[in-house]
Amino acid sequence: MRLLLAVWMGKLYMHLARAFHMGGGTSFPGILARKIEPATLRKLSLRLKQGAVMVTGTNGKTTTNKMLNNILKQVGISPIYNLSGANLPGGVTTAFLDHATLMGRPKSDLALLEIDEAAMPRVAADVVPRVVIVTNFFRDQLDRYGELDHTVALIRSALATLPASSTVLLNADDPLVSSLGKDLAAQVIYFGLEDARQEAGEKFQTADAKFCTNCGAEYSYSAVYYGHLGKYRCPRCGNARPDPQIYASSIEIEGMQRSRIHVVTPQKQFSLTLNLPALYNVYNALAAVGAALSLGIEVEAIRKGIESVSSAFGRMEKISIEGKEVVMALVKNPTGFNEVLHTLLSDKQPKKLMILINDNPADGEDVSWLWDVDFEMLAEPGIVESTVVSGIRAGDMAVRLKYAGADVGRLRIDGDFKSAFRSALAGVNPGETLYVLPTYTAMLDLRKFIHKMGYVKNFWEE
Amino acid sequence: MFLRICHLYPDLMNIYGDRGNVIALQKRSQWRGIETEVIQATVGRSYDFRQFDIVFFGGAQDKEQKLVCADLQSASQELQTRQGDSLRMAVEDGAVVLGICGGYQLLGEYFRTGEGEVLPGLGIFDAYTVAGNRRMIGDVVVESPFFPGAPQKTLVGFENHSGQTFLRNGLQPIGRAVIGNGNNGQDRFEGAVYKNAFGSYLHGSLLPKNPWFADLLIERALERKYGDKVELASLEDDLEILAHDSASKRAATRPRLAT
Ligand SMILES: [Zn+2]
Repeated sequence: MRLLLAVWMGKLYMHLARAFHMGGGTSFPGILARKIEPATLRKLSLRLKQGAVMVTGTNGKTTTNKMLNNILKQVGISPIYNLSGANLPGGVTTAFLDHATLMGRPKSDLALLEIDEAAMPRVAADVVPRVVIVTNFFRDQLDRYGELDHTVALIRSALATLPASSTVLLNADDPLVSSLGKDLAAQVIYFGLEDARQEAGEKFQTADAKFCTNCGAEYSYSAVYYGHLGKYRCPRCGNARPDPQIYASSIEIEGMQRSRIHVVTPQKQFSLTLNLPALYNVYNALAAVGAALSLGIEVEAIRKGIESVSSAFGRMEKISIEGKEVVMALVKNPTGFNEVLHTLLSDKQPKKLMILINDNPADGEDVSWLWDVDFEMLAEPGIVESTVVSGIRAGDMAVRLKYAGADVGRLRIDGDFKSAFRSALAGVNPGETLYVLPTYTAMLDLRKFIHKMGYVKNFWEE
Repeated sequence: MFLRICHLYPDLMNIYGDRGNVIALQKRSQWRGIETEVIQATVGRSYDFRQFDIVFFGGAQDKEQKLVCADLQSASQELQTRQGDSLRMAVEDGAVVLGICGGYQLLGEYFRTGEGEVLPGLGIFDAYTVAGNRRMIGDVVVESPFFPGAPQKTLVGFENHSGQTFLRNGLQPIGRAVIGNGNNGQDRFEGAVYKNAFGSYLHGSLLPKNPWFADLLIERALERKYGDKVELASLEDDLEILAHDSASKRAATRPRLAT
């Protein structure tokens, strides 16, 4: 009875929030329902016929989930799906409420959930997942999570509670992630890369995962893909990268548009075209393949589903304004920012850039991370035609570019993102592209502004 | 002129973008025609730190901090001292040292962790650190007497630490935290100074948006090396001042929990 009341109140709030454009519609209904019936999420999730898939880790959660969602579409399942950003218990519960009947039954058989790393233990206490994916661990918004080791420990404690019927998919190439595979009751499957041509990644600067999770000695790497992902081995205790059961044996990156990969799994091998650039999306695809296979989905549906996810680079959005292209890619941590820059610069055409850095809680209040991004690559002559810098911390960004050796004469700084965007756009000729790199809340602000300017309605709702 | 800069344990002690401090020292020297060389010092090797003009020591996670601590306590065969003693002798000799966060803590006498483990420090600062039960996170603005001629007399940065550092026997802090916690959240002191060694909790990175601090370090290093009073050529610092002022404004307006 309490459950029904919780469902009704939550749904009521959700409708009101939508009707009156109140804030908090993505997580407050769930929080409210949990106040009325703390077991709301547990009870609703028990009624899922096919269980839940959870994706956690620093980068790639949203893209991996999107791939899985498209795969499920191929087999006629439309899962319960939480919006990116609504990945705490309140947001997850809201997603369940949204997909529940008034009698408290889920309308879908399956839930596809993106879970914040720090929230994993709390969510997993309510929803026993059938499949869990852990993508990678990078330093991200440390001011929110404390230290990376702590985050890893949280996920470890969540995975330790899973029964043998659950499957855990772990990135073999990330030593912090692969270390989670020890001593679990659940079945563990590793995914990774096995293409020697990609082994020329730059040695990492930062200390995300330099030391053996077992004995503390420094890992030696025989290959680095990017960041601390690669083929590592502890010279002292022998702790090493596990052989992945699901891997990409050949990867052809084709600029900012796509890559072609050959995927090997214990069941079958197949090629697929990934309409997303860069190695990190290969990992996302492998994770999605693994999860879909665990759900018993056929290879053909998997291939079609993954191929239907596209964007020109990263989690990118694209819009035409008066014959000019605006391409927007979210930046939120050094690794992601470096990947975006690498992708952006890969075709050697001079670029017009706009960078927006905010320091709200959702962006990370500490902007120190900008110093871990290799902006030095922008200093190469002829690579950047102009840069407009904006956002609450435009000053910090401008100083970073100056010390990276960028041409300060071509730098325009405007703390007001609206006028900054207008002037950046004015500097682009019809047929040209403006590349916009915002942090999370800067992206939300800019979307709203572009929407108000009257350009393309549902464009952002991809 | 020429400056040798040592980045201590850059692979271990480089969290929160502290490498920006080394970049700032390099660039601000180079822009004035002072050549620089940066040596990246790593675990397991021995260095005579007196040969460096500036040593930078950044922050780290707990696990890495322990490794660094062990390395500093380890004996150097060539020098017949411990690594840490070599650094302490350099400070006595007037070398410029900047330690941030974990590096700052290790320049003190010891760091007692939350589990009660005591990590010995170098004792350069008459100060000690104990783990607190809350993490001190947020913007910091420090009023400091060290920059009388600068356009601003403050330092701005971002702190993120649970260790509480206490200065003893009148050891001088860098300044007073007017916003944020500083050393321990109690006495409002931020940082420590002994001779030309400075310790601070401020990330940010600290030096790029507090260029007067970077210049103070460069000046002191040149004076030690070349013996004369040094007057650094002034630089165009519009962007740095903009970053400083906007950080300072942000610190003042950001809603924060009562401490
Ligand atoms: Zn080991």
